[in-house]
Amino acid sequence: MIPDFGYGVLVLTFFMALYSAIAGIYASINKSQKLAESARRAMLLTFPLLSISSLSLIYLLVNNHFEVAFVYEVTSRTMPTYLKVTSWWGGQAGSLLFWSWLLSAFTSAVSIRKWDRDREFLPWVMVVCGITLAFFLSLAVFFENPFVKYWQTMSGEIVESVFRVKDAILFTPQDGRGLNPLLRHPGMVIHPPMLYLGFVSFVIPYAFAMAALITGRSDDRWIRLTRRWTLWAWLFLSFGLVLGGRWAYDVLGWGGYWGWDPVEIAAFMPWLTGTAFLHSVMIQEKRGMLKQWNMILVILTYDLVIFGTFLTRSGVLSSVHSFAQSAIGPMFFGFIVITFLSSTALLIWRWPQLRAETEMKSMLSREALFLFNNLLFMSILVVCFWGVIFPLISELFVGEKITVGPPFYERATAPLFASLLFLMAIAPLSAWGHSTLQTLGRASWKSAIVALLITVAIFFTFTQSVPALIGFFLIAFALSITLHEFWRATLARVHAQNENFATAFFTLISRNRRRYGGYIIHISMALMAIGIIGIEGFQYETQGTLASGESLNIADYTVTYRELASWDDAPNGVNYTRAVVDVSENGVYLGTLHPRIDYYFDAEQNMTIPGLRPSLRDDLYILLVDWQPVSSMGATFKIYVNPLMNWLWLGSLLFFVGITVAAWPDKDPEAQSARVRGKVYHSSSAD
Amino acid sequence: MQRNKFLLGGLLILAAVVYLIFSSTKASAQRFITIDEMNAEGSAAVGDSLRLTGAVIGDTIQYDPQTLTLTFEVAHTPADFDVTEEMGGLAEVLHQAVIDPTRARVKVVYIGVQPDLLRNEAQAIMVGKLEKDGIFYAEELLLKCPTRYEEAKPQSSN
Repeated sequence: MIPDFGYGVLVLTFFMALYSAIAGIYASINKSQKLAESARRAMLLTFPLLSISSLSLIYLLVNNHFEVAFVYEVTSRTMPTYLKVTSWWGGQAGSLLFWSWLLSAFTSAVSIRKWDRDREFLPWVMVVCGITLAFFLSLAVFFENPFVKYWQTMSGEIVESVFRVKDAILFTPQDGRGLNPLLRHPGMVIHPPMLYLGFVSFVIPYAFAMAALITGRSDDRWIRLTRRWTLWAWLFLSFGLVLGGRWAYDVLGWGGYWGWDPVEIAAFMPWLTGTAFLHSVMIQEKRGMLKQWNMILVILTYDLVIFGTFLTRSGVLSSVHSFAQSAIGPMFFGFIVITFLSSTALLIWRWPQLRAETEMKSMLSREALFLFNNLLFMSILVVCFWGVIFPLISELFVGEKITVGPPFYERATAPLFASLLFLMAIAPLSAWGHSTLQTLGRASWKSAIVALLITVAIFFTFTQSVPALIGFFLIAFALSITLHEFWRATLARVHAQNENFATAFFTLISRNRRRYGGYIIHISMALMAIGIIGIEGFQYETQGTLASGESLNIADYTVTYRELASWDDAPNGVNYTRAVVDVSENGVYLGTLHPRIDYYFDAEQNMTIPGLRPSLRDDLYILLVDWQPVSSMGATFKIYVNPLMNWLWLGSLLFFVGITVAAWPDKDPEAQSARVRGKVYHSSSAD
Repeated sequence: MQRNKFLLGGLLILAAVVYLIFSSTKASAQRFITIDEMNAEGSAAVGDSLRLTGAVIGDTIQYDPQTLTLTFEVAHTPADFDVTEEMGGLAEVLHQAVIDPTRARVKVVYIGVQPDLLRNEAQAIMVGKLEKDGIFYAEELLLKCPTRYEEAKPQSSN
């Protein structure tokens, strides 16, 4: 009953989204306010409808309805309820429903806003969102249906079908197969929805961009309307990426956080274009330049988002992430091609209207440096894209599949990331319109000396590696300039407004949140870079088999094996084998760690959980590899020391602070920035 | 004049990126290869950086925790996605490869932590080199167990 109901609602929503798109097109062709309003209302209905459909699925998941194929595949009786709920996005069919639900939520949020002054955008935003939503729903309705049930025919064969199969009875398996244990981790529970949130929210700026192209409005209204959407999309996408890294670090047991896996790259690529977009829209807002470029970026981001969803879901590339394989690949491919070609065609049609209002004059002006920043992000994108499709290219031209591994990406992107760090340091010092080497030099020489001193200190105490030293110099340079900017501006306020330092500091940030939020993000990036250099360049490891009481030494650490225990946790269907090891540093006892191996009965799979002792200097990361039965009482460990790793996580925390500062809604967000160009838009934000 | 400067800057970046991509590709390219293809090449394949795929034969898995030396044999599987689909999906292809005694096999040595997913009929993707002794020394080992993720229908009770 419930599956049929859920499926029925799903089908209804599909038609609703389709109607909204078609009504939107008619509305703008016939200039019909009524039809536009109808399209909007249809779109508003998709959210409650999809919520009902999703609730049906969650009901089935929580109550062990294993006659439903999706429930059988992703849950089992032993799983706790919260994991049963989150299994919603644990498999292909459910995650398509989840994606659609998020998109309908966002589209509804956009539909609710007042459209008074952007009437002409409304139908086209509905069209773009409606088509995207209808596409994803069509996949769920026709190809990957989460409500399909098992039927047993007379001959005992099990078939899958939504509706009753002739002469067959409903078949209910005793227990489900359960979610892949690797995915039963808090990080993994939030990682996919965060990525999806990021992916889906990028649809909104794209929809507005397309509406602007179609209606021929060449001003930056669409950018102002969607600025916050873009920031939140960026926040979620970044959060998703970081969580994925943290999950890999905690669960995959290889001492790393990022493996340049095709699927990771697929999520990283829209992040790159999105980051470039965030920067370049500022130039359009302030200088009226790069309009065409911004359109290119938003189109790329949208299609990379769809591409990312497709890669994670299609299994075309061999990767640790291909948890699902299915035949929806060609559908995705077709959709990407169609949307890309049609948006590009629209852009070419409007190309002349999107010319820059002013010309770029100085190579060192703020806008020129922003442009270089964009080029660098695009270069990293090209490197990533090349790496992902290289096997296909080489097969086409050389007749042999050749792949490139992590060393390719590391080698090719390192200089680009370094250049980005450099730009991040000096760009805030340059002026709009015109800057020279002298002005930049005057503003930055003190910071350069500070950075140089820090680098010399690192040379004598930590490393003599030249690439690492260059990296540390750039980080120190960027940090010192950015912190100095905070310092300088706060002091100016202290003097001018006669405020105390803390008040001045916070008022400064709250008065110009976009700028200082951005600077906080820059600082966080520099901190993350410290962690990345640390683990990429200086990770060391050791391994050994220890009898009780024996020790292993690594760096200044001594790891002593004490004991091992193994027990069943029957209600959760897991067997734990846990080692107890003492850690000391230069003879001083630091604490006890418990690396362990969890064995999941339903999935017949191990999961290796490291014992981790984090500190700002380094992480001690201990893996239990193997153990002997009682006779010899030995256990084998692999131990990593990951220098500076925590700066990466610290940086990512600060990153969220920065975005929140920049994206927090305020009453009059654009009055200040709009004045620069002489045209003041009284605007409301789109959120 | 200004335009030329920007053009020049853009070209420089472009040149740098092209250089980075090509030199890095060259430095880290690994050929995707199946066991049959590797055997056909014979000694020509020795020493090349290869990315080999095959089906893990469970009975041959041996692990020495003292030295963290993992050895196992893999059987040839076709690399083509469409061929795999035609033969009934990855799980079926791996199963056939393991039970067929006439399939070409190769011995693999890997030093490191035994991966959680290493088991009979898992798909192994190994990056490493074939040495003169005919053993494939893997530096990287990636495993997939399709039965876990693919749509395996439940067993009927009768």
